[in-house]
Amino acid sequence: MNKQELAAMVAEILQGMGPEPLAKGGDYRPAAPQPEQKPTGYEDGDFVPDVTRLDLRKLYLVEDPANGEAFRRLKERTPARLGCGKAGSRYRTLTMLRFRADHAAAQDAVFSQVSREFASKNGMIEVQTQCRDKDEYLTRPDKGRRFDHKTQQTIRASLPQKPRVQIVIGDGLSSAAIEANAMDCMEAMKEGLKLRSIDPGTPIFVRYCRVGAGDAIGDVTGCELVCMLVGERPGLVTDKSMSAYITYRPHTGVSESARTVVSNIHAQGTPAVEAGAHIAGLIQTILEKKVSGVELTKGAGA
Amino acid sequence: MSERLRSLGLDVGTTSTQLVLSELVIENRASGFAVPEMEIVSRRLLYQSPVHFTPLLDENRMDAPALRRLVEREYQKAGITRDDVDTGAVIVTGETSRKENARAVLEALSDLAGDFVVAAAGPDLESVLAAKGAGAEELSRKLGKDVLHMDIGGGTSNLCLLRDGAVLATGCLNIGGRLIKADGNGRVSYVSPVLAGLCPVKAGDTADRETFRKVAALLARALEMAAGLRPADELLTALSTREAAKPWTPPKQTVVLSFSGGVADCVEREHPWLVFGDMGPELGQAIKASRLCRGEYVLGAQTIRATVIGAGCHSTQLSGSTVYCQNIPFPLKNLPVVRELPERRDGPAVLALPGLKAPSYAQVTALAESLIPRLGEEALVCLEQDMAKALGQALAVRLPPNARILCIDRVKPGEGSYLDIAGPVGQAFPVVVKTLVFQDRARREL
Repeated sequence: MNKQELAAMVAEILQGMGPEPLAKGGDYRPAAPQPEQKPTGYEDGDFVPDVTRLDLRKLYLVEDPANGEAFRRLKERTPARLGCGKAGSRYRTLTMLRFRADHAAAQDAVFSQVSREFASKNGMIEVQTQCRDKDEYLTRPDKGRRFDHKTQQTIRASLPQKPRVQIVIGDGLSSAAIEANAMDCMEAMKEGLKLRSIDPGTPIFVRYCRVGAGDAIGDVTGCELVCMLVGERPGLVTDKSMSAYITYRPHTGVSESARTVVSNIHAQGTPAVEAGAHIAGLIQTILEKKVSGVELTKGAGA
Repeated sequence: MSERLRSLGLDVGTTSTQLVLSELVIENRASGFAVPEMEIVSRRLLYQSPVHFTPLLDENRMDAPALRRLVEREYQKAGITRDDVDTGAVIVTGETSRKENARAVLEALSDLAGDFVVAAAGPDLESVLAAKGAGAEELSRKLGKDVLHMDIGGGTSNLCLLRDGAVLATGCLNIGGRLIKADGNGRVSYVSPVLAGLCPVKAGDTADRETFRKVAALLARALEMAAGLRPADELLTALSTREAAKPWTPPKQTVVLSFSGGVADCVEREHPWLVFGDMGPELGQAIKASRLCRGEYVLGAQTIRATVIGAGCHSTQLSGSTVYCQNIPFPLKNLPVVRELPERRDGPAVLALPGLKAPSYAQVTALAESLIPRLGEEALVCLEQDMAKALGQALAVRLPPNARILCIDRVKPGEGSYLDIAGPVGQAFPVVVKTLVFQDRARREL
């Protein structure tokens, strides 16, 4: 299929899917011409205000509200884009720009790389899954869970065998989340483990990492438990959300229901250090009960 | 998965003594994939006692043994023993609390109260509890307008200004329905000393309705001033109590008024003027005729029971669910809240800090290290921001294993308040934030 055929097909699909027009052409009456707004005076070298710095929970844009103060208080409790006002039947410029900025940040978080120095700076070794680059990582989830033979040997050589706890940091779908939270979370977690006389072992960083890569590391090291800190798929609320997946006796093919998850670790959710301290306690419980995931919560109240 | 706490409320007021037993249901509101967030999800009244007159030996002394018997009888009727009660508050309120005997009362009740949290209330806590018990807190949230709640009891009126469920200010005035009492023969039997210079009659005079009306109108006038509906003058000053932490400042904005207390029952309903042997009915009618009832106003969902229901159902809050605790014998009672640790301490105190939003590990460590020289081996810390567990374990690794450490968060006690903390529910701690009238001897050793 060449480009023109593709374009024609897309146009056809769009036409087929399009909603019925609400007004027929004959009903159309142009509105009276509006006076053109004066452009705001920006000089060369000025910066346009950064729309992403506005706290959306405090921003209420509806004109002439009955009780704007009450709506603003409601807005404090949700990240949803409510009370945006409108311009005719559309979003206002600010709302539109912010939406696109957040969307761009989410995409950037997926496509950007955790810095090359991240692992060495924090005293970790770095390995890479079978994915060669981001594109392959995104299109081949299976490769993001496996290591080639040589990498397996590196892992075997660098990590202690049969540790109780193996910490893995993986970039996952948000490099920004890892750069922002992983180290604070891990340090608090290590401190909590130390307090409970549990050896935190030797952490490792995995590039192009899916959660299942922890299972492969379990195969290689024979660890009793793996705790993976991994970047979450970014949304429009934050591009820096991280999760911890804790698996008892990890091995390739382990059921997804065997994972205990702590999600929403970011500045507006659970702070990284609090999450780390909490995870340390969870790890202790899991090691004691010798089970993780759904089985752990059964009757335990989690 | 839910946990239940039984919470007792006992209100020993100037006029009446009441008891309620309620059940607080606590659940984890976070999803299974997130850090737990324990919350009180419902409050249910299991038992409420009749309204008893507070047993008094004379105008100035409470009959502590009689009060104890009264409470024992109510325990029986409610079908509970002290071991059934997990939390709650005993509050000694109004004029009663300043009559020297509040302490004796609490001592008489202390073993009945068992292990649960005992709060000796000052007027500021009473104001908050009455507002919550009457439903004014919820009203302020629903209306999106500021609400001024007035709990008008026998000896005092407790004021609480609320915005969106948060307390902006509290106050207390010497205004109540029993500042003048009459006996069965139509003679004045008591005039409260707070009315000195404001009331033309004295004990022994014949009670006449006109005098009662005049005094009631004067008191209603003072309430108007307190509500910001009339410029404040020396009348308001004369009727202010000294026990409240801060003198009352009338609100400048328009507020929705909400009433509770025994007198609130006399606002909407007319009673024969001496039916209760006091000026309550006249005060109620004076309020009805005043500016207080010309704007937007409501009668509380609870009136005479507002304070005790507040004490039973609303005195306990929960800390955050990621907290740290080691070697702490619960419950902790009457811990003074301090903003800074003094060089020398004469007993345990809770250090209240704002904390940091989403701090780095380095910041947590630095805070722990700066606190340790001052905390010694007893670290009781209360933070507003969610960071208690991280700070607690940072302290723990730096202190000997036998150190007593408690770090809780999401609690914001005011300056000069006291904390009662019960053992954990799930991973959170029930906390009662209170103010004390008699602070010196109320502290207990850990």
